[in-house]
Amino acid sequence: MTRFILHRILISIPTLILVSMFVFGLQKLLPGDPVLAMAGEERDPAVIELLREKYRLNDPIPMQYLYWVGGVLQGDLGTSLRTGEPVLNLIAQKLPVTIQLAIMSMIFAFLIGVPAGILSSVRKGTWVDYIANVVALSGLSIPNFWLGIMMILLVSVNLGWLPASGYESPWVDPWRSFQTMLMPAFVLGTGLAAALMRHTRSSMLGVLQSDYVRTARAKGLAERKVILKHAFRNAVLPIVTLSALLFGELLAGAVLTEQIFTIPGFGKLIVDAVFNRDYAVVQGVVLCTAAGFILMNLIADVLYVLLNPRLRTAQ
Amino acid sequence: MTTRKLIAALLASAAMATAAQAADLRIGLQEDPDALDTAQARTFVGRIVFESLCDKLVNIAPDQSFTPELATSWAWSDDGMKLVMQLRTDATFHDGTPFDAAAVVANIERSKTLPESRRKSELASVESVAATGTHEVTFTLSKPDATLIAQLSDRAGMMVSPTAAAEKGLELANSPVCSGPYKFVERIAQDRIVLEKFAEHYNADNYHFDRLIFLPIPDTTVRLANLRSGDLDMLERLAPSDVAGVKADSALKFESAVSQGYQGITVNVNNGPRSETPFGKDKRVRQALSLAIDREVVNQVVFEGVYAPGNQPFPPTSPWYDATNPVPARDVEKAKALLAEAGVDRISIEMQAANNPVQLQLMQVIQSMVAEAGIDISIQATEFASMLEQQTQGNYQSTQVGWSGRTDPDGNIHSFVTCGGGLNDSKFCSETVDTLLNEARTSTDPAVRKAKYDEAGKILSDELPIIYLYHQTWLWAMSNKIDGFTPYPDGMIRLAGVKKAE
Repeated sequence: MTRFILHRILISIPTLILVSMFVFGLQKLLPGDPVLAMAGEERDPAVIELLREKYRLNDPIPMQYLYWVGGVLQGDLGTSLRTGEPVLNLIAQKLPVTIQLAIMSMIFAFLIGVPAGILSSVRKGTWVDYIANVVALSGLSIPNFWLGIMMILLVSVNLGWLPASGYESPWVDPWRSFQTMLMPAFVLGTGLAAALMRHTRSSMLGVLQSDYVRTARAKGLAERKVILKHAFRNAVLPIVTLSALLFGELLAGAVLTEQIFTIPGFGKLIVDAVFNRDYAVVQGVVLCTAAGFILMNLIADVLYVLLNPRLRTAQ
Repeated sequence: MTTRKLIAALLASAAMATAAQAADLRIGLQEDPDALDTAQARTFVGRIVFESLCDKLVNIAPDQSFTPELATSWAWSDDGMKLVMQLRTDATFHDGTPFDAAAVVANIERSKTLPESRRKSELASVESVAATGTHEVTFTLSKPDATLIAQLSDRAGMMVSPTAAAEKGLELANSPVCSGPYKFVERIAQDRIVLEKFAEHYNADNYHFDRLIFLPIPDTTVRLANLRSGDLDMLERLAPSDVAGVKADSALKFESAVSQGYQGITVNVNNGPRSETPFGKDKRVRQALSLAIDREVVNQVVFEGVYAPGNQPFPPTSPWYDATNPVPARDVEKAKALLAEAGVDRISIEMQAANNPVQLQLMQVIQSMVAEAGIDISIQATEFASMLEQQTQGNYQSTQVGWSGRTDPDGNIHSFVTCGGGLNDSKFCSETVDTLLNEARTSTDPAVRKAKYDEAGKILSDELPIIYLYHQTWLWAMSNKIDGFTPYPDGMIRLAGVKKAE
């Protein structure tokens, strides 16, 4: 097991290097000079030149890359061109926010998606199945930003139940933190729930056809036990893989959701950074995201091995 | 017993929280401000926060005349080369450092010498500044500069604590120390900026909130939803399309003021090979385009009638507006005649515009209006930073772009149309205009200045390197519990006298 994990970590290093080169290169292809973007409508040539020098924007691009990588290896991701704050601080400040959002969205997604998937597979072809499918399809097709704004208008403006947007740290005020996160997590969670529901359903349908389920039923086991203990445990494997992949979708979805609900998280950090051509921030955030994505997939692989004994002997 | 105590404590803390909230003012901003250091800052939205955080030497009245703030009075020498300011004796910085002439000298010198300072060009005419008394400073200029008072009514005149500035250097941006009615508490990037009342401020009795919380909420719909749900007390830059809704809502109040800035079309008349088109080279084609636009209809259709149509760098509400040169009415026949005179029947023009729904809608309305006169505009939706870059490099035919505006007229015109002007992307160049605008900045007599701006304006209205279209209006929406708010043409939120009813 340890060897397996070490091996996976080692092969993720070249991936990270490639990602860093891609991000760096692609960014430089973006039109729009970062210093001009910083200067906004007030463009003082002397200040612009000074900033170019300061952030080494006059050096050749490979040199800029090496300089940046050198910093990263020493734990220095550079400073934001816009506010002068160290990128590492910004990431440390924003990452927990997005993780909180991601966890709450995942909880929503699992609470809705998995039971709905099991139910519609067991009641295949009945009205329960149809309703679950229609809801899932809507969940997949309604854009986050639209659902978000509609929720704000309904829940905050008309009903006055939840704050319309913003964020509070759970360490400062846990109740308000929960309240502010509820709507965004729901909005982000619905899309994922739909995907989870569809996968749970098809995976369950496959398993429910298999011989051992028939045997279990023939033994006279309670239907509840057959479905939850025998069928679902085997159907869960593809769901685990999917969850790891959904993590990427979650981060992408967080970009939009955070924008709508004005949550100062990772997604908002990167969008604002791209618009301000804040290179250092974009690079840092993308690198961290890539690392996070690789880590999530590693965890999924490990879980896979733990959940499926057959894979253990195969090593 | 312990449970009961806990509940009692919880109730007590909840009651305290409510009491504290009653004196909070929550303001929704359109963007997150940049560095909160008056020397390094460069965004409009940052100035809104500074207005409560930092006192300035000079303030402005709603009619844009100058009023005392940290400077109680000022006088120019006859030759316009010296400015003497008398200072308040009862002002203190948030860290306890007293405000005096030495503090002003330190601030002006910091703005002039700090490598990262964005105030250098604003203070370029200041050769030296000296404390000529404990509470008197004298500015010595290298050339007469009538715009200096206006600069000192903005960020160049905002005073930070010299003690804190020396101690923190560039880090001052993360915990600014000024002398305004509210002091800095905390900032969470992209989330909030919190200020609390500075009890030792000389005018503290006139400020009625314990805390100010600025919340950047870029989406206009969400910003308004926050106001409606009571999560905000006030917001700036309401979308024109929401004005009718806010006016109809009895729980809300609406305020507006025509801004100091403008929106227009900057034409590449002499900036590299891309200016070599009839549009860039023949003023009659530009005149035709200007005449083919119905500015009032544009205002009604795109901006719900809340903005102000315009044809000059100053809005019609400004004392600097030339009333003898009014906004032209649409005249398609005359436009066609001008095109014929220029020897073109139909002409195609490329125009960049910022890639957002409102600016693109504006462009589409203009596109269909000028098509009737024989001008075909191809709209190039461009992201703002790239658009400015193209414009600076001369890689454009024309751009729909604007300027947020300055209190002094010079700030709206000089650097855009003088031959070597730093923001002159059309590269228009006229000796007469240069002479007029250079003279206008040196005279301290408003009547003399006005005459020169009028004369330069007549030439510019004929040459049209910039075709002015309209002036944005600052739109605020607030809870109807807020009383005493005065709208200012600079778009700032001044809180002296503003109260919230319980």
